[in-house]
Amino acid sequence: MNGLLTQSFLTALVSGGIVAAIPLMFTALGESVSERAGVLNIGLEGMMLLGAYFGFVGAYGLHSTWLGFLAGTAGGLAGATVMVILSVSMGLDQIVVGIAITLAGEGITSVLHQAQFQGTSPGLGNPGTVPIPGLSRLPVLGHSVFDQPLLVYFGVGFLALVWWVFRSTTWGLNLLAAGQKPEALDAAGVSVLAVRTYAVLTTGALAGLGGAYLAIVGAATFTPFMTQGQGFMAIVIAMLARGKPLWVGVSSLVFGICLSIDTALQLASINISTDVINLLPFAAIMAALVLFARGSYLPPALCLPYVRGAK
Amino acid sequence: MAAESEVAPGIGLAPDVPAPAPARLTRWWRILLRSLAPVILALIAGGLLLLALGRDPVQFYVNVWQGGVESGGWQNSAVLMTPLLLIALGLIVVFRAGIWNLGYDGQYLLAAALVAGFGPHLLQTWPAPVAYALLFLIAGSAGALWTVVPAVLKAWYETNEIITTLMMSFIGVGIANILVKGPFQDPTVNIPQTRTIPFAKLLPNLAGTRVNLGVLVALGAVPIVYYLLTRTSFGLRLEVLGANPRAARHVGISLRRVIVTTFVWSGFLIGLAAALDILGLWAYVRANWNPGYGDTVIPFVFLARLNPLVIVPFVAFYAVLSTGGDLAAQQANLPTDFLLVLVALILLFMTVIEYLGRRRDLGHSYLTPGLREALRRPLMRRRPAP
Repeated sequence: MNGLLTQSFLTALVSGGIVAAIPLMFTALGESVSERAGVLNIGLEGMMLLGAYFGFVGAYGLHSTWLGFLAGTAGGLAGATVMVILSVSMGLDQIVVGIAITLAGEGITSVLHQAQFQGTSPGLGNPGTVPIPGLSRLPVLGHSVFDQPLLVYFGVGFLALVWWVFRSTTWGLNLLAAGQKPEALDAAGVSVLAVRTYAVLTTGALAGLGGAYLAIVGAATFTPFMTQGQGFMAIVIAMLARGKPLWVGVSSLVFGICLSIDTALQLASINISTDVINLLPFAAIMAALVLFARGSYLPPALCLPYVRGAK
Repeated sequence: MAAESEVAPGIGLAPDVPAPAPARLTRWWRILLRSLAPVILALIAGGLLLLALGRDPVQFYVNVWQGGVESGGWQNSAVLMTPLLLIALGLIVVFRAGIWNLGYDGQYLLAAALVAGFGPHLLQTWPAPVAYALLFLIAGSAGALWTVVPAVLKAWYETNEIITTLMMSFIGVGIANILVKGPFQDPTVNIPQTRTIPFAKLLPNLAGTRVNLGVLVALGAVPIVYYLLTRTSFGLRLEVLGANPRAARHVGISLRRVIVTTFVWSGFLIGLAAALDILGLWAYVRANWNPGYGDTVIPFVFLARLNPLVIVPFVAFYAVLSTGGDLAAQQANLPTDFLLVLVALILLFMTVIEYLGRRRDLGHSYLTPGLREALRRPLMRRRPAP
């Protein structure tokens, strides 16, 4: 156990945790937006996979990390569009559509992957990092925290943006109303369907971006089913964070560390089977649910389609 | 289909709206149309997708038919029906009560790992009937046990069971892997897998076929579950809970007891599915193996309107599609995950058809109000009405 506090262990723990946390953070942030507007998005897993696959194809085919992220975002948006048409416009059951999107995302990315790459994934290059001058030279953790791919800073910026939108803009208020009392929003002359549509599209874009990050930066390749339940984890994170973006960031980091702790433990030459470690995040979530179930909060109109004049 | 409309009017096509008593024949047609149209549309859309991928869709579906039905293929399909049917029954039980159990993968794999782990030893030391009974019990209890935490959380704290069952599922799959790679691993083989149950000790085949007895057990469970759900007070309590949780509380049904019992039954049936599948077909469990039965059976559970009798033809259909589809996908050089796309398409078309069929009901008619209630109040704790 004497290896636990060495620099290499801490570096691996924190940098690995950040790499694993970013996809969770983007996705959970997206889920916070649509949950706030009253749409529960069980299809996140599928949207992440679409984002991962198209992000990978974009980055590989166009030789640009940024075009890859863009393509991944578009992939997630495609999944969200299905959700918008069926669950928002037509008011169909959100969870059935969500399950369908997850299954479709899993199936279609696997099929396309086989059709285009014959099942062997070429690797991608290192995306390259941008150190923050000064901070990255701090001792011990400076390098591992403040020398990241540009998208990580972008993600933190986005977190702040969502926080600001929720807190002090009309958009944020509209989102809140769409999830709390859609009739009131409608009476105020704002289209509930439009607000929810934008919210779900934002979710899809963010989940796609998260998936793309997972494929391009996290794994540097695409393998079918690579998200391994992270979409569902993101839903739980959003629920536990009670729609507060800062908590989304913090809990994503905690779960990211859970997801990536095996590399760090190996460096500290502690051998625990990876199967045990893979259980950790889910066990942590169950523990959190058991302990804090009372404290979590969801909007009253969640999962209810809005129809003007319906009882 | 007729039985469905007679016996279970409460959870039939229109739970909320009293039927305007249309001519009987047209009603039948409508039910048939709504149940079959999604499947047909999904197959057509899947064919278009195959075309886009440069495969021949007609050839693909011909291969499905040949692999799933012709020249003995039907026997493989019948074998596959065993786990699918029991899992479908397990899901029907909870869905009827308005509860989501999405933890089937964990329940199934945990039970499967235990059966494959204890099976070889038990079958060698005990006479076959005793060993089978023990293994069924172990598997059923494991599946049931794995629902207890979500059930208790739901019954006492109103914690959303969608999330808890999913999380327990991931944990169950992980523990199954740990068992297969750890205590149950066959030391004589390089690949992490359990010891193999000797062929002679597996469930016997029906005369002249490769279909094992398991399918009879599964088919036998159908009328039992049907009876339980439609002819007993337990079934009635389930239905009231599914139709209106608040009303259930008012008429004095112990919600906690019903929720826990339902979950346990569901898990038990899913565990039993695993036992029959391992003892009838696989004989061992390999690490990281997951047949993913539950995901693919969900759409059919809804299409059958949660009716244990109607689910049989749907499961038979999917068993053929799956057995033949595996072969057809190989021949078309596609991964078998293509079937997931078909299943997702069925789900999507199902919701759309519900929408077209009943605009005012917003496609809810295949979900009991309780399932919707569960979604509405996921994590909030709710005090029972005084």
